[in-house]
Amino acid sequence: MKILVCVSKTPDTTSKVAFTDGNTKFDEAGVQWIINPYDEWYSLVRAIELKERDASIAIHLVTVGGADTEPIIRKALALGGDEAIRVNSDSTDSYYIAAQIAEIARQGGYDLIFTGKETLDYNGSSIGGMVAELVDAPYISLATKFDLEGTTATVTREIEGGEEVAEVTLPAVVSCQKGVAEQRIPNMRGIMAARTKPLKVVEPVAADALTTVIGFELPPAKAGVKLVDAENVEELVRLLHEEAKAI
Amino acid sequence: MSVLIFIDHADGHVKKSSLEVLTYGAKVAAQLGTTAEGLLLGTVTEDLAALGKYGVSKIHQVANEALNHLDTQVYAAAIAEAVTATGATVLVFSHTPTGKAVAARVSAKLKAGLVTGACALPDTSNGFVVKKGVFSGKAFANVSIQTPVKIISLNPNSYMTVAGEGTATVAPLAVAVGAAKVKVTAVNKVSGDVPLTEADIVVSGGRGLKGPENWGILLDLAKSLGAATACSRPVGDAHWRPHHEHVGQTGVQVAPNLYIAVGISGAIQHLAGVNRSKIIVVINKDPEAPFFKAADYGIVGDAFEVLPKLTEAIKKMKASA
Ligand SMILES: Cc1cc2nc3c(=O)[nH]c(=O)nc-3n(C[C@H](O)[C@H](O)[C@H](O)COP(=O)(O)OP(=O)(O)OC[C@H]3O[C@@H](n4cnc5c(N)ncnc54)[C@H](O)[C@@H]3O)c2cc1C
Repeated sequence: MKILVCVSKTPDTTSKVAFTDGNTKFDEAGVQWIINPYDEWYSLVRAIELKERDASIAIHLVTVGGADTEPIIRKALALGGDEAIRVNSDSTDSYYIAAQIAEIARQGGYDLIFTGKETLDYNGSSIGGMVAELVDAPYISLATKFDLEGTTATVTREIEGGEEVAEVTLPAVVSCQKGVAEQRIPNMRGIMAARTKPLKVVEPVAADALTTVIGFELPPAKAGVKLVDAENVEELVRLLHEEAKAI
Repeated sequence: MSVLIFIDHADGHVKKSSLEVLTYGAKVAAQLGTTAEGLLLGTVTEDLAALGKYGVSKIHQVANEALNHLDTQVYAAAIAEAVTATGATVLVFSHTPTGKAVAARVSAKLKAGLVTGACALPDTSNGFVVKKGVFSGKAFANVSIQTPVKIISLNPNSYMTVAGEGTATVAPLAVAVGAAKVKVTAVNKVSGDVPLTEADIVVSGGRGLKGPENWGILLDLAKSLGAATACSRPVGDAHWRPHHEHVGQTGVQVAPNLYIAVGISGAIQHLAGVNRSKIIVVINKDPEAPFFKAADYGIVGDAFEVLPKLTEAIKKMKASA
């Protein structure tokens, strides 16, 4: 059994969001990069848990990114992947990235492809579905629980207003979110081992970008909070009703 | 050349999020000088012609019961075929769990550029540019779609649903419906509650409420307002509340009309999931809590004293209204 886990880097969640070059580029000054939490906490850790139960499982990581993503990949390997592939491209177009991952997926013959539910920077929620389409595999999104019995996966996924349990025979693509696994901290042994695990760099295949980000904007600042005395909750109700028209 | 809007449904009814995208899609069509049409896969019990009041002239229905359960492969193939059959150049989804599961597949199948999490009408004055939330609500990006067919997945609660006059013609559409590989074995709806992402009002509790046994006062407040309930991440992690109530950067992102935060400090990761709310009310006993900076209204006070009084005051207001 071979599992491919898609990982991407994303700014640390406390990073200041600002833009440069006439609001066309994210300002990376002083930004710490982390593994996208959905990729790390949920999909990678679940893959590791499956391997702990069945040592014959191989976990490969794939990322599409420049050389600056390597510290993130090493950290992911420290948590427990067996080897990693970096497709050397800085593209931010989902389709282009999905086409690269699909190519790796086809070559590697993976039984299961995990992605995170979305990245914290572009919030696309697109890569999993696109990869699934490009490799013609079933796709289950927003998984909150994932179990494997032989080649049958049982997945609980989020639906509007609840959850749904679905079964699928592998190969399949699954996007993971909270519930699938619990966050882990890499240990010293993992960190040492990660240094010598294979990290292969490949050049991208030709693919089209379907979209272009032409600029960014920051939301308008709030006018400031109106404080109401704790002894006078009727006033809050009045404001919400008459001024804000929210109730 | 038309705008095709994907209509999602459950238990025989069209979802509220779909009414929003119908209104939105009709507006996109008006902007482009073309017609808006709906696409529904599966069967419903309500009268589809009535959806004309949201501005669509025609509803294409693939009335096959096998489509009442989502299999993304089957859906994407059917939707892609419908786009081709109807000659649509813009396809609109709601960025709900179904939209998230399907839109990307259709995008790859048709090689049609997709913008997910859109929050405004496209700018079609020069090309086709869609504004979307990025950095978990901390910023917006304007994204240009270059392909002949364009796909927009609209964030729920970003466009006002407007019902006018009119009826739509309902026409059966024949497209290939493949065999599903994903078998749904159970559906667990949180019954009786308002789904979080669809709610107009969300009442949310944090660690300040001290323990799950204290949630009664928060639930009472939510009930008085017809609100959905949510919580901060530590509350979900500690299993005080079900994890699907966890909002924030790593949880559910909400954008209700009114978000009431009780005993939540307002960490940057929490704000990222709620700062698209129109009005934010913060109740916290610490005047220095960072959440007040992101709030429209606030009460500095003890939740255990404020909440019961607030619930009473709301009930009184509702009774007299
Ligand atoms: C990578 C990452 C991702 C994260 N993602 C999320 C996320 O998605 N969502 C999220 O919520 N958090 C997230 N967090 C956690 C976040 O940083 C905060 O730790 C968390 O939001 C704090 O939750 P809280 O406000 O409930 O608790 P606390 O920070 O402990 O705040 C409790 C608040 O309650 C107030 N209080 C106490 N008693 C009372 C009382 N009697 N009456 C009124 N007020 C009272 C206190 O003054 C305090 O402000 C993330 C963290 C990281 C590192």
